Amino acid sequence: MATINAQPHGEPHGGPGHDIDAAKRPMWARYKHGHHFRTQDDEFDACKTGMWLFLATEVLLFAGLFMSYTFFRYKYPEAFANGSNYLDWRWGGLNTVVLLISSYTAAMAVRNAQLDQQKALQRNLLITVVCGALFVVIKAVFEYGPKWAQGKRPGEWFSYPFAHDAMEPAWWSVYYSATGIHALHVLIGMALLYRCYLRAKRGAYGPTHYTMVENAALYWHLVDLIWIFLFPLLYLIH
Amino acid sequence: MTTIDTSKARDPHGDHGHGHHDLPYLAGKGGFFPTLIDWMTTVDHKKLGVMYLVAILTLFFFGGVAALLVRMELLDPVRIAADGTVTGQLLYSNPEDVNAGNVWYNRAFTMHGAIMVFMVIVPGIPASLGNFFLPLMLGAKDVAFPRLNLLSWYIYLLGSVFGILVILLNGVDTGWTFYTPYSTTTDAGHWRVVYMILAAFILGFSSILTGLNFVVTVHKLRAPGMGWFDMPLFVWGIYATAVIQVLATPVIGITLLLLIFERVFRVGIFDPALGGDPVLYQHFFWFYSHPVVYVMILPGMGVISEVIAVHSRKQIFGYRAIAFASLGIAGVAFIVWGHHMFASMSELGSVVFSALTFLVAIPTAVKIFNWIATMYKGSIALTTPMLYALVFLFLFAIGGLTGLPLATLSTDLHLHDSYFVVAHFHYVMFGGTIVAMLAGLHHWWPKMTGRDYNATAANICCLLVFVGFNVTFFTQFFLGTQGMPRRYASYPDEFQLLHQISTLGSWILGLGFMGHLAVFIWSIAAGAKAKDNPWGALTLEWESDTPPTEHNFAHEPVLTHGPYDYETTVPPKWDPKDWPLPDPAKVAAVHRDHH
Ligand code: HEM
Ligand SMILES: [Cu+2]
Repeated sequence: MATINAQPHGEPHGGPGHDIDAAKRPMWARYKHGHHFRTQDDEFDACKTGMWLFLATEVLLFAGLFMSYTFFRYKYPEAFANGSNYLDWRWGGLNTVVLLISSYTAAMAVRNAQLDQQKALQRNLLITVVCGALFVVIKAVFEYGPKWAQGKRPGEWFSYPFAHDAMEPAWWSVYYSATGIHALHVLIGMALLYRCYLRAKRGAYGPTHYTMVENAALYWHLVDLIWIFLFPLLYLIH
Repeated sequence: MTTIDTSKARDPHGDHGHGHHDLPYLAGKGGFFPTLIDWMTTVDHKKLGVMYLVAILTLFFFGGVAALLVRMELLDPVRIAADGTVTGQLLYSNPEDVNAGNVWYNRAFTMHGAIMVFMVIVPGIPASLGNFFLPLMLGAKDVAFPRLNLLSWYIYLLGSVFGILVILLNGVDTGWTFYTPYSTTTDAGHWRVVYMILAAFILGFSSILTGLNFVVTVHKLRAPGMGWFDMPLFVWGIYATAVIQVLATPVIGITLLLLIFERVFRVGIFDPALGGDPVLYQHFFWFYSHPVVYVMILPGMGVISEVIAVHSRKQIFGYRAIAFASLGIAGVAFIVWGHHMFASMSELGSVVFSALTFLVAIPTAVKIFNWIATMYKGSIALTTPMLYALVFLFLFAIGGLTGLPLATLSTDLHLHDSYFVVAHFHYVMFGGTIVAMLAGLHHWWPKMTGRDYNATAANICCLLVFVGFNVTFFTQFFLGTQGMPRRYASYPDEFQLLHQISTLGSWILGLGFMGHLAVFIWSIAAGAKAKDNPWGALTLEWESDTPPTEHNFAHEPVLTHGPYDYETTVPPKWDPKDWPLPDPAKVAAVHRDHH
């Protein structure tokens, strides 16, 4: 999948005669890789390696949150076992479905770019962004909002009168920190994908150049994957 | 063909046919503002390296002033006479409030620690010398992601601005470790602690991006013919560092983020009053901050490998052992964090972490023995960088060895939180990293600036730093073993002599650094033009012009010999003044006769 087809790499540096044709070629075909890379393939590989490394840092960032979750679950078993009872698995489940669909469309977008299917590329990018927005709206309107109103808040803000356990504020601290930081990542991913969409409209991506789409999709899959872990840990385990 | 082909005559349209001539990277852009704008928007790794260097040295100056203030306060213990008069509060004294002086003392050492760790030593060598020389040593035109490099520079700048803001707001007193719940509950009503933590958080981002950039650069941009084991050892050091930066920094990122949440939103993760747990904070903090001590030292070790090989003009002894020791250190670094928390762990936990900690000593010792073996029978030139490399060996050996009694549970019980620990980490961080940086700076200065410096003056400053360092910190081993705890503005009378000696040492050190600054300024203002390869080194960065041109090499270099192949490329008794190297066939013949 990673290879870039056709297009001899020496060509972009050709003589002036080529430039007249070049103006007629779509934006993606006119792309010139960074002068410090030997070939466009090299650049693509480098960008992808960089993205994977960045994803590793994201995994480690969330590892800190998962560690806190494990630590507090072990420390306050009662409060944590009860915590998931406060969450409605149906909202969580719906959001899981929304994200899975968006991951599929993100993957399709990459495929579309590789096959020069410009319309489908734009459509799939847009669907992905809309799904991201839907996720955030569901989270904010149906989950954070009502819970906050009932006093189910983190740390010092906690004021829920019917708590079963004195350590419930700690549960909410972990819940809000983990899902909040995840939601922030959803927003960043949406911004990236939307930027891809805008550039895709100008024909920036195609078979020989789709690095940004590929990387944004990778990032989106990671955001999705983290939710796949958060969902059972927070909503399903009693 | 043994020399590296960078011939400017070949292929006039080389390098993808950039239309313009390749000027030295330091060339102005016609006028002050165009030049300024060019520097502020540059994606040239060399300019970024220079800007980092300037910023880091400036912050080193601030951190140094804070250190002098700390030592100043300790010149005299705080005494309260029977009639209530207070003496010995040298930083700040207020007869009404005896504790006011202590607060200022606490702020001084916190600002010193936080600036030196997060803004100077961690980014120090990789961001400045690494940025400048990593691509050159690989024969590349730039790092893999030049624009990302510019971004990490601005992120670094933003983090430092927050740090400076905190200084202007009178500083924080949490200690550089920000232990909870102190850091989440004190100084209420002010934002200083938040700014300081934010500074560390932002700097972490910069560190991650630089590390990521370097890893990809090493993987993808090596010159044709350069295999992994043809890379200079400095590159190995930077590579191992970059891996730790990428893998450890996110953990401190999330930790500091949660700390900020806790402080601003009163979310309870680390504060026991809110249901949190302070020991969790300590685990998180040291899970990063132990590996990060190797982020500090591995680039330094890389510099020392270069300097010792070049100035002894010998094949480095045990190239692979040194390279793998770097990776070994990087690996072990992740499993020993608990040795900072012996006091807050179970007995079993302590024993395990103690045993693991001893493992660190092995790759470290491997390197030290290899450097010494390299010098054996070499033709050593006592240049300033080489002198600093020797200083490094001496000081770092003491620093490493004193880590062992700290890793031993029974002795650490006595030494923990004492001046012994302070002396230990200054021997490794200052005696190791800062000294290595000075070695590297003097080694590469002519290439970076195109100017020579006054070697005699630099050597005198090196001597001052060496003497000043030992006077300042060796005394602290005695203070520690005798029971002087760290982080106190006052002490019993019997410690005064040792404290005074230590403070005297800090002044000698200050003098040495001021001297270095003067030497560098003099070099830029009036230094003679430097030669392309003043030390006769074989690594690729010396193949570029002096100072290097914007695109580094006139033509992509092709590697034809290893970084330390002195035995096959340099005849015996050859003087670097005679650069370029003679015909390789002749050299081989001379060597054959020689044996
Ligand atoms: C042979 C290698 C080393 C060993 C065995 C070792 C061991 C230790 C131990 C056990 C402590 C904790 C002492 C205590 O708090 O009671 C410590 C503290 C420390 N070490 Fe090392 N160390 C080694 C190398 C280094 C290096 C290379 C650096 C940095 C470049 C470093 C920096 C520090 C710092 C900053 C602290 C104090 C942290 C604080 O509490 O503020 N160490 N070391
Ligand atoms: Cu440590």
